[in-house]
Amino acid sequence: MTELNADINMKVNIAGVVLNNPVITASGTFGFGREYGEYYDLNQLGGICVKGLTLTPRQGNKPPRIAETPAGILNSVGLQNPGVKHFIENEIPFLKKYSTKIIANISGNSVEEYCTMAEILSDSDVDMIEMNISCPNVKEGGVAFGTSAKTVNDITRQVKKCCQKPLIVKLSPNVTNIQEIAKSAEEAGADALSLINTLLGMAIDINTRRPILKNNVGGLSGPAVKPVAVRMVWQVSTVVNIPVIGMGGIMSGDDAVEFMLAGASAVAVGTANFADPLAAVKVLDGLKEYLLKNNIKDVNEIVGKVEIYE
Amino acid sequence: MYKQVNICKITYKNEIAPGIIDMKVTGNYLCKHIKPGQFLNIKCCDGLSTILRRPISICDVDYAKNEIRFIFQIKGEGTRLLAKKNIDDTIDILGPLGNPFTIDPKYSSPILVGGGIGVFPLLMLAKELRTKSPRILLGFRNKDLIVLEEEFKCISTHTFIATDDGSVGHKGYATDMLSDYLQSGLGDIVYACGPEPMLKITQKICKNYNIPCQLSLEQRMGCGIGACLVCACKTVSADNNWEYKHVCKDGPVFRGDEVIFDD
Repeated sequence: MTELNADINMKVNIAGVVLNNPVITASGTFGFGREYGEYYDLNQLGGICVKGLTLTPRQGNKPPRIAETPAGILNSVGLQNPGVKHFIENEIPFLKKYSTKIIANISGNSVEEYCTMAEILSDSDVDMIEMNISCPNVKEGGVAFGTSAKTVNDITRQVKKCCQKPLIVKLSPNVTNIQEIAKSAEEAGADALSLINTLLGMAIDINTRRPILKNNVGGLSGPAVKPVAVRMVWQVSTVVNIPVIGMGGIMSGDDAVEFMLAGASAVAVGTANFADPLAAVKVLDGLKEYLLKNNIKDVNEIVGKVEIYE
Repeated sequence: MYKQVNICKITYKNEIAPGIIDMKVTGNYLCKHIKPGQFLNIKCCDGLSTILRRPISICDVDYAKNEIRFIFQIKGEGTRLLAKKNIDDTIDILGPLGNPFTIDPKYSSPILVGGGIGVFPLLMLAKELRTKSPRILLGFRNKDLIVLEEEFKCISTHTFIATDDGSVGHKGYATDMLSDYLQSGLGDIVYACGPEPMLKITQKICKNYNIPCQLSLEQRMGCGIGACLVCACKTVSADNNWEYKHVCKDGPVFRGDEVIFDD
C-alpha cells in the first residue's frame, strides 16, 4: 500500500526509544513473534511486547484457559513461559533480526525478583522493559503490587534503581482510582505507562454448573473492554507527563485512532491477533488511512486531541 | 513465502445427522498443504459476535476439485453461525494447522479408533492407509448419530460400528473391539480421535499390548498457531517429568506415550 506511506511521519518516541510506528503487539498474545513471523514481515510493527516472563520457567495454569464471552475473551494462561534466561538466549537473537523494538514484559513474586529480572534484561538487547504488576491470573503476576498507589510507587522506585532500560509500568484496570496509581508510578520514576491489563472476569457453564476456566476466574480482553480502556487512557494521560501506551480491545485502525485521541502515544494490539493473524498490520494500515484522509502529516499530531466537553 | 489466510467459497453443505454439518470449500493453498489429522481455524462470522475462530478438523480433500471437506457439530454460537452460511458464501480459514498423523511404512496393520465427532479426521487418514486395509472401529452414542459409515466401509471392509445403547453393531465402546483385535495379534499401529475417556482407554490398551498409538486431542483454543498458549495439554517432558504442550502447535496429534491424562 504505497499510497499510504506518502509523506506521513509514523515514528513515535516512547521514553527515548523511537518506534517506526505506534503499533505494538500486546504481551501474551504474540508469543515471541515467531508464529506471526510466518504470516508477515515483523518489520512492519513498531514494537513487539513479548510473552510475560518470570525469573524461572513456569508451566502456567491448568486448562481450559480460555472462554469466549460477548465481544471478548477470558484467559487464565497463568504466565506459562520458559523463563528470562531462555528468552535472552533463544528468543532475542530471533527478534533482533527485525528493526522492530523489543519490549520484555516481566512478572515476579517479590520486589527482589522484579529487580533481578530488570538487572539481567538491562544487559540484554531488549529496548524496553514493561513491568507487569497486574496479572490477574497468578499471585506471582504481581497483582498485589498493582492495586495500590503506595505499592506501585515502592516497586517502581526499587526496580527503577536496577533497570538500565526505559521502564514501562503496566497498570491494572481492577482499581478504584487509576489516576492516583498512574501519578505514583510517574513520581517513582516510570518512563512510560501502559494500560489496560485485563479486567478480572468469570464465565459459568450453566449445564455443568462449573466455571469454564479451570482457574475459575480470568482476565477479560477484547472489544468488550475497549470503552473502559479508552476512558482510563484518557484519565491517566491528563494527569501524567510520561507517554502512555494504550490497549484494550483494539481491532481496527479506527480503534487505534480512538486511543491516540484519548492520549496514547502508542497502542498495543492483543486479542485481535487471535481473530486475525494479520490484525496488527491491518490496524497500522487503518491508522495510516485515517491520517491520509484527514490530511495529517504526523501521527503524533493526534495524540491527546480529543475535544472534551466542558 | 508467508503462510496464507484463506478466503474460501462454500461449494457444498448438508446436515448429515441432527446438528452435524458436512461442508466443502474451495482452496488451492489448503489442498496443496493438507495432511490427515490437521485442522482448520475458521472465522464463523464478521463482526464481534464470536471473535475467536473455531478449530475444526479436516475430514477429506478432493485434489481434482480443489476442495476441502470438514464436518462439525453445532455446539455453540460460533458453530451455529457457521452452519447458517450457504453455498457460494465465503469463509475466512486459517490452515492447515497443527501436526498430522504420522504414517510410517514400517507398520502394515493399522487400526483406527473413532468416537462420535472424532471420526471425521479419520476419514482422510483411512483413505491414505487404504492399501493396508485398515481396521476401522467407530463408536457412536446411538443409531441416529452414526455418520460416514458407508464411506468408511468403501475404504475398508473391516469397518465396525459400536453404539453405547447397542442399537447398531457392538453394544459398548469402539475400544472394546480394539482390545479384541490386539489380543488376537492383529494391528501394529493405532490411530485414535474421540472424547477424552475413549483416548484414555485407547492409550491404556495400547500400552498393555505394547503397540504404538497416535492420539488426536482437543482443547479450547485461542490463536490456533502456538502463540497464546491457552490450549495446554499435559505431556511427558524430556526429563521424564511433565510439561504443558499445546494442542494447536505441538498437536493435535500426539504420540500416545507422551500424553498424560489427569485422573
